[in-house]
Amino acid sequence: MKFLLIEDNADLARSVAARLSLDGHAVDLAGSLAAAEDHLAVATYDLILLDIMLPDGDGRDFLRTHRAANRDTPVIVMTARSEVSERIAMLDTGADDYLTKPFDFNELGARARAVLRRRDGAASTERSFADLVFDPLTATVRLGDETRELRNRELRLLEIFFSAPDRIYSKDQLCDRLFSAAESVSDNAIEVYVGRLRRKLEGSQARIETVRGVGYRLTAQ
Amino acid sequence: MKVPLRFKSIRQRLVVLLLLAAALLSLLLFISVRAIASASVQASQDSILGAATIAIAEELRGGEEGVAIEIPYAAFSMLGSSGEDRIFYRILVGEDTVTGYGDLPMPVAELTGLEPVFYSRDYQGDPIRLAAVGRSVLVEGTPRRVQVIVGQTRTGQEMIISRMSNRAAALGMGFFFLSAVLALLTAQAVVGPVNSLAEAVGRRGPQDLRAVTRPVPEELAPLVSALNGLMARLTAALSRTETFIAEAAHHIRTPLATLRTHAEIAQRISEEQEVLARLREILRAADDSSRSAGQLLDHATVAYRTDQRAEEDLDLRAVMADVMRAAEPTAELKDLHFELSVPDGPVPIHADRLLLESAVRNLVDNAIKYSDGDDAIELRLTVDGGTATLAILDRGRGLGTMQGRDLTRRFARGSNVSDVVGSGLGLTIVREVARALSGSFRIENREGKGACAILSLPLA
Repeated sequence: MKFLLIEDNADLARSVAARLSLDGHAVDLAGSLAAAEDHLAVATYDLILLDIMLPDGDGRDFLRTHRAANRDTPVIVMTARSEVSERIAMLDTGADDYLTKPFDFNELGARARAVLRRRDGAASTERSFADLVFDPLTATVRLGDETRELRNRELRLLEIFFSAPDRIYSKDQLCDRLFSAAESVSDNAIEVYVGRLRRKLEGSQARIETVRGVGYRLTAQ
Repeated sequence: MKVPLRFKSIRQRLVVLLLLAAALLSLLLFISVRAIASASVQASQDSILGAATIAIAEELRGGEEGVAIEIPYAAFSMLGSSGEDRIFYRILVGEDTVTGYGDLPMPVAELTGLEPVFYSRDYQGDPIRLAAVGRSVLVEGTPRRVQVIVGQTRTGQEMIISRMSNRAAALGMGFFFLSAVLALLTAQAVVGPVNSLAEAVGRRGPQDLRAVTRPVPEELAPLVSALNGLMARLTAALSRTETFIAEAAHHIRTPLATLRTHAEIAQRISEEQEVLARLREILRAADDSSRSAGQLLDHATVAYRTDQRAEEDLDLRAVMADVMRAAEPTAELKDLHFELSVPDGPVPIHADRLLLESAVRNLVDNAIKYSDGDDAIELRLTVDGGTATLAILDRGRGLGTMQGRDLTRRFARGSNVSDVVGSGLGLTIVREVARALSGSFRIENREGKGACAILSLPLA
């Protein structure tokens, strides 16, 4: 996906861009509303991430202009305010969703998927491996004519495997990406979710293989 | 005059002082009217008595055989006009009483010429007024001293004086009552501007901190300017608080976001077990800081909003749904889902939206935080009489051995949650909101597993 990140804090902007590019996304940075308008004039984006306090104006003004101009690129607002009312005010102004800093990128991913799912005609995000078609946007896997729904953690786990098939991930690596650092995770938690995902992939040539003593990988029979 | 300080109200003090003054003036009026009346009554009696005495004295003729006395009865008829009064007279030639009442009291002063001397005495048990004149009459060629004394009882005078006194008393009373009414009106007029100022300020909503601009008497101007100064300082302090909270949030959370993102990146690109373990700790600490900062700011917002309430009419169902929708993506990350049950009709509540949302959000956050995943979090809203009850039920680890009440203390955390990031402020915020909204809050272990948080609030 292609993101436009409108954020005046350069450190944060660079780190977010670096983090998103790890997931294979392209990110353009705009440090001001004027820069954002320049980018939007020449390129199209799948998603805009918008900070509220900007040097040349308020993010809310951007939202109003954006909606008034009938541009339909979804916008997720990032702010330091955590009040629910603030979120509702942003949604009323035209934001598609709202994220409180600091955020977990899993949460950004979940919100981005939810926002894109609501849009008609969003670009397909389908990916396939062997005979398996995976659509993160709709949280489904398709096997021939059969569509199976994935729960959030199954989806994120499959996303990790899909991003680098055949690569072996250790339990710890998977744990770090699937669970937030703030929650406590039991030792067999990953096994539980790998077990569930395997059931969702039953009948497919694609399978999740246990590499004894090392971890797991997605492989085709 | 020393103003008695025991009066609590200016109006009372003013009324009492004015009434005292009016009573004093009424009394003075009464006394002086009575004094003037008795003086004038006495003067008129004296002039009649004097005229009668002189008339008698003038009729005395000296002769060869002695003194010829011709009482002019017209003189007595003048005196007789005053009704039941008795009249006495005594005429002396030299030291001898020649006619009249021999024991009629003599004047103390020396009589000179035809100028009457007046005096009052008691005679035959009644007070009488007397006039005396003396003259010389030639008897057998020798001048003899003749004295004429005429006395009159004072019944008629006293009746007139008492009648006039009654009138004076009535006049004094009338004056007093008129003054009392005027005193009340005056006190009302003086206190009126104070009352209307107080009423105008008192009628304001809690957020109305505008300066008082209504015209007031100049004596009240210092009070109003002090009040306006206080309002201005309060407004500045409140807006500083709000700005501070917003800026603190921004300045704490933006660097934390940067830190967190870098840590996530490092986690993704590192394969080193040791490094990954450290990064996990960094992320945990970052989440801990961000959560604590969030709740401290929340706590500040709740404290500030409790004083500075912007109450509005809300539907609790909508508030719950808003909070739930905001939390849904976070819950989804743990494969948790919400089950919301609310009544069919609106659940009206008059409250500060931010306070209410803070409480519900903290409860929902807790439920998400302490749930293990795959479970449902139930949000139930029920109405019973005038009370709305919001129950948030999870299937998490529950409260352990702690009592719900202990957990609402500031920075208190459960004995069973050391592995989960938290500040210990969440339930304190909920409890404070419950108190500010005149409701109640309790949290308890749920049958089976999990916790049940119950927030009860009065309906609008």
